[in-house]
Amino acid sequence: MSVLVFAESSEGKFKKVAFEATSYGSELAKLLDTNLVTVTFNAENPKELENFGATKIISIANDKLKNFNAKAYASVLEQIASKENANVIILDATANGAYLAPVVAGELKAGYASNTIALPSSTNPFTVKRKAFSNKAFQNTIIKTDNKVIGIAKNSFGVIENKVNATIETFEPTLTDDLFKIKTVSVEKASGKISIADAEIVVSGGRGLKGPENWGMIEELADVLGAATACSKPVADMDWRPHEEHVGQTGRQVAANLYIAIGISGAIQHLAGINASKVKVVINTDPEAPFFKAADYGIVGDAFEVVPKLVENLKKFKAQN
Amino acid sequence: MKILVCISHVPDTTSKINFTDGDTKFDTTGVQYVINPLDEYCLTRAMWFKEKQGASVTVVTVGEANVEPTLRKCLAIGADDAIRVNSPAYDGFYTAKQLEKVVKDGAYDLVLAGRESFDYNGQMVPGMLASFLDYNFVNACIQIDVDGNKATLAREIDGGKEILDADLPLVIGGQKGIVEEKDLRIPNMRGIMMARKKPLKVVEPIEASPATEVANFEKPAPKSVCKMIDADNVAELVELLHNEAKVI
Ligand SMILES: Cc1cc2nc3c(=O)[nH]c(=O)nc-3n(C[C@H](O)[C@H](O)[C@H](O)COP(=O)(O)OP(=O)(O)OC[C@H]3O[C@@H](n4cnc5c(N)ncnc54)[C@H](O)[C@@H]3O)c2cc1C
Ligand SMILES: Nc1ncnc2c1ncn2[C@@H]1O[C@H](COP(=O)(O)O)[C@@H](O)[C@H]1O
Repeated sequence: MSVLVFAESSEGKFKKVAFEATSYGSELAKLLDTNLVTVTFNAENPKELENFGATKIISIANDKLKNFNAKAYASVLEQIASKENANVIILDATANGAYLAPVVAGELKAGYASNTIALPSSTNPFTVKRKAFSNKAFQNTIIKTDNKVIGIAKNSFGVIENKVNATIETFEPTLTDDLFKIKTVSVEKASGKISIADAEIVVSGGRGLKGPENWGMIEELADVLGAATACSKPVADMDWRPHEEHVGQTGRQVAANLYIAIGISGAIQHLAGINASKVKVVINTDPEAPFFKAADYGIVGDAFEVVPKLVENLKKFKAQN
Repeated sequence: MKILVCISHVPDTTSKINFTDGDTKFDTTGVQYVINPLDEYCLTRAMWFKEKQGASVTVVTVGEANVEPTLRKCLAIGADDAIRVNSPAYDGFYTAKQLEKVVKDGAYDLVLAGRESFDYNGQMVPGMLASFLDYNFVNACIQIDVDGNKATLAREIDGGKEILDADLPLVIGGQKGIVEEKDLRIPNMRGIMMARKKPLKVVEPIEASPATEVANFEKPAPKSVCKMIDADNVAELVELLHNEAKVI
């Protein structure tokens, strides 16, 4: 028996979620008194995972796996799981992780707990805590099958530094043509922009900003903070901002360290998408805006006055730190 | 093209989330149920295929009799017929097993499901279903066009999108983008009248075991009150974010 972690990389570089998943896997292996196997696909520096407790790294270098392909990746994980006798598989919750996990679970006839936020509270029965009802509640789920798949909610478990010495192995997976029936035609990524999924800080604007011409200050604020920009649903619906920026229940999920909401009322559907963020700041003219109830820090004031001041203060702060 | 749209019947997004029976069951008191919003996007796209490409559209739910109004609403929106698998949806694995049977029996070649349902947020039924069926699968799908048995799709990736080609049969985990909000349809009187006459078939579940089970639910700890900062003292916010919250 062992624990298997999928450590996701993008263009050869690990994502932070890879370190989080490895940290989780390492702690789980300790809890289960078993060993940890971490799998990487075309990562430039697999050794980096040593910092998070990866004792055995299987590094796969294969051109066929350059583009993410859920079926092929799932097959590789399955081959390694069988070779390593792994029955708990840990994945992250990125677009790719959330695509891969149910496929792996289906192939291994495994129970799957997505959105998991903590180590099992009991290993027999195997019980994990996960987020449900759009972050409005937690569900303690018992996984009953021998094989288990766990998806870690971003920024929920955290990255745990734990330097070890790893053995690094390669592996030549069997890759049949029928794994590649879905073909990637092209990948379109906004370059030079921090994506909401990857950002530690997200600056978000709502209808209170009155029009698209007023987003300059939002972008400036995001710029000083190294943040991604986001918006409420009506703002995207009115085409003030691109659809990729729409966050909330029907849009993207934000699990950032800091979420700054400017001119957003805090409707339940908006909060459902951003609740998982650690610290929330609200700037709104209306002291009764529901967002204040969900926030950690609030300023009642006009965004057109407060935001430029905030930018100015942050610039000063950055210059000193 | 035979389309199956998988419908999950979920509490309206503004519902109060409470639990009963020692926090082991979701409290349905006063809860309004709706079509899972992502499934509604899928159904709307299916209607487009029906009208423009002559596809047939069946909706299916694994659930007890109380889900029937949701299926009737789908029929009123325009689906041709509905199937209810007469069983509680014990978990995603069990649900996918039931749906596998429905897909095989009906020989559907395009299965549209939502990326996730807004109750348990399982994010698993479409992927597991595709894997059981050995159908192609595209998750977080934001665009789908079909020509013959060739589909062109887009899926959302972190920071952008990816364009994909896949042949039918195909399962997707769909979300906003495959249609826009403005394309959603409110059933009209005629649709509602017609829906009453459309077939809603009840089938018995197959033998299958769920892979997971709910131990109990918990509500998040009440949040501490929001710290208010004077609009004339923005510097204090910066200071707090640095020293107290430690996020900058
Ligand atoms: C099924 C469903 C799904 C939905 N999904 C989502 C979703 O995913 N994401 C989402 O965001 N919404 C979603 N919504 C919509 C949601 O209910 C709200 O309508 C929406 O979030 C409101 O956006 P807003 O806060 O930008 O606008 P408003 O509600 O109009 O709020 C604007 C706010 O700006 C403040 N303001 C005005 N002027 C200023 C100023 N000068 N400075 C500072 N503040 C100012 C106002 O006091 C007000 O609080 C959904 C709704 C439904 C029914
Ligand atoms: N009980 C159910 N009956 C039919 N389809 C379902 C059911 N539960 C989930 N689905 C489908 O699977 C999608 C994802 O659900 P989930 O895996 O539960 O998050 C939903 O959007 C539906 O399309």
